[in-house]
Amino acid sequence: MPLRSDLKKVLLIGSGPIVIGQACEFDYSGTQACRALKKQGLEVVLVNSNPATIMTDPGVADRTYVEPLTVEILERILEREKPDALLPTVGGQTGLNLAIEAAEKGVLARHGVELIGASLEAIRMAEDREQFKRAAARAGVETPRSGRVRSLDDARALAVTLGFPLVVRASFTLGGLGSGTVFDLAELEETVTIGIAASPMHEVLVEECLTGWSEFELEVMRDRNDNVVVVCSIENFDPMGVHTGDSITVAPAQTLSDKGYQLMRDAAQRIIREIKVEAGGSNVQFAVNPKDGRMVVIEMNPRVSRSSALASKATGFPIAKIAALLAVGYTLDEIPNDITKATPACFEPALDYCVVKIPRWAFEKFKDTDPVLGTRMKSVGEIMAIGRTFPEALMKGLRSLELDGIAMAAERGEGFGRPEDDPRTLREHLLRPHWQRLQQLFASLAVGETPEGLAEATGIDPWFLHQMKRITDTEAEWRELPSLAAITPQRLWRAKRLGISDARLGALVGATEADVRALRLGLGMRPTYKAVDTCAAEFEAQTPYFYSTYEEEDESRPGTAPRIVILGSGPNRIGQGIEFDYCCVQAAEALKEDGYEVILINSNPETVSTDYDTSTRLYFEPLTLEDVMNVIEVEQPVGVIVQLGGQTPLKLARGLHEAGVPLMGTQFDDIDRAENRRRFADLVEELGLLQPASATATSRDDAFVVAERLGYPVLVRPSYVLGGRGMRTVYDRDDLASVLDGGVALSADEPLLLDKFLEDAIEVDVDALGDGTDFVVAAVMEHIEEAGIHSGDSSCVIPPYALGDELVARIKEQTLALARALRVRGLLNVQFAVRGDRIYLIEANPRASRTVPFVAKAIDWPLARLAALVIGGKSLKDLGITTAPEPKLVSIKKPVLPFARFPGEDALLGPEMKSTGEVMGRDVDFGRAFAKAQLGSGEGLPSGGTAFISVKDDDKRAVIFMAKRLVDLGFKLIATRGTTRFFKLNGLECETVFKVHEGKPDIVDRIATGEVTLVINTPLGRVSQFDDRAIRAAALRHGVPTVTTIPGALAAVSGIEAMLKGPLGVRALQEDSCAPA
Amino acid sequence: MKPWMDADACLALEDGRMFYGRSFGAKGACAGEVVFNTAMSGYQEIYSDPSYAGQIVCLTYPLIGNYGVTDADFESPRFHAEGVIVREHCEHPSSWRLEARLGDWLTERGIVAISEVDTRALTRHIRQAGELRGVLSTDDLDPGRLVERARASTGLMGADLASRVTCAAPYVFAPGERGRVVVYDFGVKRTILTEVARRGFAVEVVPAHTSAADVLARNPVGVVLSNGPGDPAAVQGAPEAVAALLGKVPVLAICLGHQIAGLALGATTSKLKFGHHGANHPVMDLTTRRVAVTSQNHGFVVDEKSLPAGCRVSHRSLNDGAVEGIAHDALALVSVQYHPESAPGPHDSTGLFDRFAELTSTRPVAAPASAPVPA
Repeated sequence: MPLRSDLKKVLLIGSGPIVIGQACEFDYSGTQACRALKKQGLEVVLVNSNPATIMTDPGVADRTYVEPLTVEILERILEREKPDALLPTVGGQTGLNLAIEAAEKGVLARHGVELIGASLEAIRMAEDREQFKRAAARAGVETPRSGRVRSLDDARALAVTLGFPLVVRASFTLGGLGSGTVFDLAELEETVTIGIAASPMHEVLVEECLTGWSEFELEVMRDRNDNVVVVCSIENFDPMGVHTGDSITVAPAQTLSDKGYQLMRDAAQRIIREIKVEAGGSNVQFAVNPKDGRMVVIEMNPRVSRSSALASKATGFPIAKIAALLAVGYTLDEIPNDITKATPACFEPALDYCVVKIPRWAFEKFKDTDPVLGTRMKSVGEIMAIGRTFPEALMKGLRSLELDGIAMAAERGEGFGRPEDDPRTLREHLLRPHWQRLQQLFASLAVGETPEGLAEATGIDPWFLHQMKRITDTEAEWRELPSLAAITPQRLWRAKRLGISDARLGALVGATEADVRALRLGLGMRPTYKAVDTCAAEFEAQTPYFYSTYEEEDESRPGTAPRIVILGSGPNRIGQGIEFDYCCVQAAEALKEDGYEVILINSNPETVSTDYDTSTRLYFEPLTLEDVMNVIEVEQPVGVIVQLGGQTPLKLARGLHEAGVPLMGTQFDDIDRAENRRRFADLVEELGLLQPASATATSRDDAFVVAERLGYPVLVRPSYVLGGRGMRTVYDRDDLASVLDGGVALSADEPLLLDKFLEDAIEVDVDALGDGTDFVVAAVMEHIEEAGIHSGDSSCVIPPYALGDELVARIKEQTLALARALRVRGLLNVQFAVRGDRIYLIEANPRASRTVPFVAKAIDWPLARLAALVIGGKSLKDLGITTAPEPKLVSIKKPVLPFARFPGEDALLGPEMKSTGEVMGRDVDFGRAFAKAQLGSGEGLPSGGTAFISVKDDDKRAVIFMAKRLVDLGFKLIATRGTTRFFKLNGLECETVFKVHEGKPDIVDRIATGEVTLVINTPLGRVSQFDDRAIRAAALRHGVPTVTTIPGALAAVSGIEAMLKGPLGVRALQEDSCAPA
Repeated sequence: MKPWMDADACLALEDGRMFYGRSFGAKGACAGEVVFNTAMSGYQEIYSDPSYAGQIVCLTYPLIGNYGVTDADFESPRFHAEGVIVREHCEHPSSWRLEARLGDWLTERGIVAISEVDTRALTRHIRQAGELRGVLSTDDLDPGRLVERARASTGLMGADLASRVTCAAPYVFAPGERGRVVVYDFGVKRTILTEVARRGFAVEVVPAHTSAADVLARNPVGVVLSNGPGDPAAVQGAPEAVAALLGKVPVLAICLGHQIAGLALGATTSKLKFGHHGANHPVMDLTTRRVAVTSQNHGFVVDEKSLPAGCRVSHRSLNDGAVEGIAHDALALVSVQYHPESAPGPHDSTGLFDRFAELTSTRPVAAPASAPVPA
C-alpha cells in the first residue's frame, strides 16, 4: 500500500526542551520524520518549543512553530494550518501526551485531524498499565503480579498480598517520575503519595519487585499489512531495578540463546498486534529471571523512544524515518533499505559487532542529592561505542564519557584498582547501584573479586563481569612489565583488541600516551575501520558509517574531494548539549554543499550529527586524541574543525595542533589566547577593556588574603571549568572557609581562581562571526537574571530590553575589537557584565556557543552555516555579509531545570549551571514572549490567585512596584511577618503567613493546598536558608511557578499581564515580520 | 598474516587467500565449502543442522558461545559442519540452561574450530568471490600445501551428501492420532519433526533412498521432504520417488526437499553465487502479500523459468527475488526453500505446518504434468 492519497498536510509535535528522560534523541527522530514526509511531497507542519533543535530549522519542515507545547497553542496552530493528520509518535512522551490531551479534549475532532501512526486507543492501551496488563494477558504474555491503587489504604492492603520489596509506578510520567522501589511501609507511603500527585490520573501501580532480573528490550515495527519486524534486541548490563535510561545497555542481546530470544520476539510481536499499533515502531521491555528463564513483559512504548534512537544507530536501520513512512501508508516491503539500496526495509538487521551504551550523569552538579540509581531516570546524556568484542566496545565507551574523577583517573592510565582499594568497601558500594558502579566493578575485579561473587552481589550477569575481567587481567599483566621496551607486538595487539587506549597502556608501564602511540605506529599497528551495514557484510553497503577495531581488513574509503573533519560534542551533559550538535549538523550540510567531503566524528547516539546521511562519512568514535588522530590518518583531511562541538573538541585543539594537524577556523594560538587566563587578561588590557578584578590563590592562607584584597563578594572556581562546575559566589570569610573545607585542593598547579563578583550587574551574551579580517555581531542578548547566575541558567532576550542603545553599541564595539584581536575565523561568544555605564568583560569563547541556534531563530539568520562556510574558506564579502539582520520580534530563551529529579537539591540558581535544556518564546512584545517561554518551559504562569512574596531586605524596595501590579491584576498577596509589615507601610493589602515552625498552617502547608499560585522568593542568605529551601521544595513538588530573582519576578509579572490581555497568537518561523495572527 | 597475530590455526581458500586465528576446538584439519551465516544467535542449532554437511561455517556475529551449549538445542544427534570459524569464542558462558562450553563440546566431538579470525573480511571475500572450498588446519599452517588441498577437495556441486547424513533405517519419531506423516530424511532437522508431531500426527522417518511404493505402503496422510545438504540433483533416486508420490498424497517440502520437489516436477535447479544463510531473510507470501522474516540456509535454488504449468511461485525473497516457495494446488504440494521450522530464527512461518496439516485432510486431484528428469 503506497502513500495515502488523502493526506496532504501532516502536523508533527516535537518533544520540547531537553530534560532528563527526553534528550536530543527526539530531535533526531523528529528531523528524520519531517524530512521523510517532506520528501514524499507532504506539507509538514512542526511545533516544538526548543530552538536548539535541527528539526526547528526553517528548512526542515514547511511550517515551523517554535511555540509552547500546550493544547491551547496547538489548537491555534490547527486553526491556522488545518492539517489532515497528526503524527504523535516521534516527539517523545511530551509529544504523545499533548496529542492524547488534544484528542481527549475533542480538539482534534473539532478540526478534523486524524491521529496517524498510533490510534488513541492503542496509545491508551500501551500507556495505561492496567489496560496493558490485560492486553498482555490476551496476547498470552505474562506480566508482573500487581495491583493499582488510588489511596494509601489500597497500597497497604496490596503490600500484604505481594510482600516487600515492591515497585511503585505512576502512569503517563516522563522517565519514571513518581516511581520507585520501596522496601518497607514507610517508603511505600511516601512514594505512593508522590506518584498519585504526579500522575494525571491520580493513581499508581504497585507490583512485585523484579530487582535483579535480567532486562531486555526489543525494538519492533509493524505496518498496516501486519508485517512485523524486530529491528534490534538490547540487553541491559544493569539488571532490573535501574531505569533503562540509567542502565548500561548492549546490543544485540548477549546472553539469550536462540530459543530464549525467539520466545521474546514472539511475545513482542503478539503484544504489538494486540495493542494494535497500526503503523510504526514500539519499544517492548522484558524481564527474565536468570535462575529459570521466566519471562515477563514490563512495558511498551507505542512510539519512537530513546532506545529506538539507540537501536537506529546501533543497526543502521532508521526507525523514525521508517515509522513516519509507515504512518502515511507505506508497508515495510515498499521502503528500500538506505544502506544496501538493493534490499527492502522489511528485514531484521544482522549485526557483526557489539554496541555498548553508557549513560552520562551529572551528580557532580547536584551534591545534595543521593547519587543512587533506581526506577527514576537521572542521567542527562549517553554515549554509544561500537567494537568487535564487548571489552572493546566497553572501553571505547568508557573513554567516550569524558568523565573526571574515577574514570578519568583510570583513563589517565592508572588502570583499574589500586592497592589501597579495600575489597570490602568496594563491595559495600556495589550493593546500591550508583553512577560509578561500572568503575567500581572494574576496581573490585582488579583487587581479586571474582565475577561470580560480584554477580551474586549485584545481579549483573556473570557474562559481563567475566568480559570485564579480561581487561583487568590484561592491565595486571601490563603493570608487571618493567618498561615500554618489554612490550611485545603480540601483547600490544591483544591489548588493543580489548579496546584499551594508548594512554592507559602507557601509564601502566610508566610511559606516555605518545610513547605507546609511537611504538604502535612504528610496528604499523593501526586500527581498521569496519562499516555498519545492517546485514553483516552479506550485501554490499552503500552507506558510509564506520567504527574502528583492530582487525586484518580495513574498509575505509576516503574520497578524492577535499575533506574536512568536524568533531562533535560527545555525550549530552549539563553545559554541553544539543546546541552544539545543531552547529555541527548545520556545518556539515553547508560544507557538503560547498563541495567538501565532510567527515563527522562523534560518540552520542541521540544526535542528528550521527545520522549516517548528515555527513559524507560518519565515524562513530570516542572524541579522544587517539581515536580522532586515527581517523585523521586515514582520511587525511585539509583541516579539522574544533570550534563547533563545544568544549570537547576545543580541548583536543592543543594535541591536534602539536601533531601537526591543520585546525580550520580560528588558529590554535588565538584559541589559547582566549582560553588561557593570563594571556586573556593581557589581551583585555591591551585592548583597553575592563575585566572584574581577579587573582589566583595557591594556598588556603593565600585565598583569604586575596579575597580580602578583592573585597567580598568574590566568585571562586577551580582552574578548569565546564558549565561552571565547582563555581561559587562567596559573601564573607566564613563562606570562603566553608568552600575551602569542602575538599578543594589548592596547589601551584591547581590554583583557586577568585574574581571580584559584580553584584546586581546585568549580564550580556554576544555571538559574533568573523573571517579573520571582517567581523559581524550576530546578536546581543540581555540576561533577565543578574550576573552571578550562570549564563546557561539565565533567561535571555533578543533584542536587549533594558540596556540603552549607547551601551549596546559599545558592547558591539568591544566584541568586534576582541574578534579582531583574536583573528576570529568562525564564531566568537563573549560574555559581559554591565554595571551602571561600565562594561566588564567576563569571558570570551572562540567557538560556537550554546546560544547560536537561539540567535539563528531570533534574527532569522543561519549563523552556524555561515560560520562553517567562513571556516571552509569563504570571506564575509564572498557571502555578501556586512551586518546581521535586525530581529523582528522579541525572542526569549528560558532554561529548563531538573530539580524535580533530584530530591534534596535546592531549586536555586547560581554560578554552577544546572539546566538541561531551553525553550524559546517569541512574540511582538516582551510580556507575550516571556509568557510563551514560561509556558514552553512547563512552569506556566498563573492568571490569578495568591502570590507569596518573601525577599531579602535589599530587594524589598524593588518588589513594591511589582507587588502593586500583581494586586492590580487581581492577585491576593501573602507574605511572612516582616515583608507583610513592609507592604502595609506601603499601602498594600497583604496577609501574614507563618514561617515553617512558627505555627500551622505554615507557608509550606498553604503551598501544598494549591492556594498559592506564584512564589517570589529571593534567597535571604544563610540564616533563613532552611525556610527558603522548604518553600522552594514545596513549590517544586506542587508545580507552583517560582521565581528566585527580582528581574525574574518582574519578567513574570509582565508575562502575567500579557496573558491577561488576551490569548497568545502563534506564528511560523517561515512567515515574514508583522504581528502574529 | 600480521606479524603480531600469534596464530596457531588457519583457513586456506582455494583462491589462495589465507585467514589466521587461534584454535579453540579439536586439533587437525578439515576441508569443505566455506559458507557464512548471519544469524546472531543459534550457533548450536546451526552446527548440528545436517544441511551443513560438507561445509565449514563462518558465523558473522563475532561473539559465539556466550550461552554455552544445551542438549535440548541440538537439531540432530551429531555435529555436521566440517569446521567452525568465529571471531571470538566465549570462555565463560552464562545461561540458566548452560550444560557445557562450546569449545569443550567441539573438542570432544573432534571438530576443528578457529577463533580470532577477521570473519567480516572473510564474509566480504566470500560475497565477492562466491562460495569457495577451503581447508581449516591447526597443525600444518603452510599456505602452499593447504591451498592445494583446498583445490583438491570435492565441492558441493554433484555431491550426494544427503546419502551421508540420512538415517540408516526407518524409525518412528512420535506417535499421533491424526494420521501418519512420513518424513524423507535428507538430513532432517529435529524441529521439523517436532513441528509435525505437535500437530497431532504420527511421525515416521524414512531414509533418503526409500521408494515411493514403500512410503505409500505406510499409508500416510502426508509426506514431508526434509532439508538436507548438498546438490539436490545428486540425491540418487529422490526426484523419481517424489514424482511418484506427487498427486497421490499431500506433500510439504522444505529446503533441499523443496529443490527435490522442483526436480520431481520437471524443473531445474542451479547454484547461487553465495547462498542465503541467516535468520533475517524477508520472504513474501505472494498470496497474502504478507512478509515473514525467515531462517534460510541454501546454496541452490529452483529455476523459476523451468517450472511446469500448474505450478506457481508462492513465496519470493525480497532481498534478491529468488524463488522461496512453489505451490501446486492440484497436487496438494506446499514447498518452501526457507526453513519454516526456524531453529534458529524467527517463528514467523510455523503457520506453514498448519497449512500442511489442513492439506492432509484433502486428497490431490491430479498427477504431475511432466515426468521427472533423471538426475
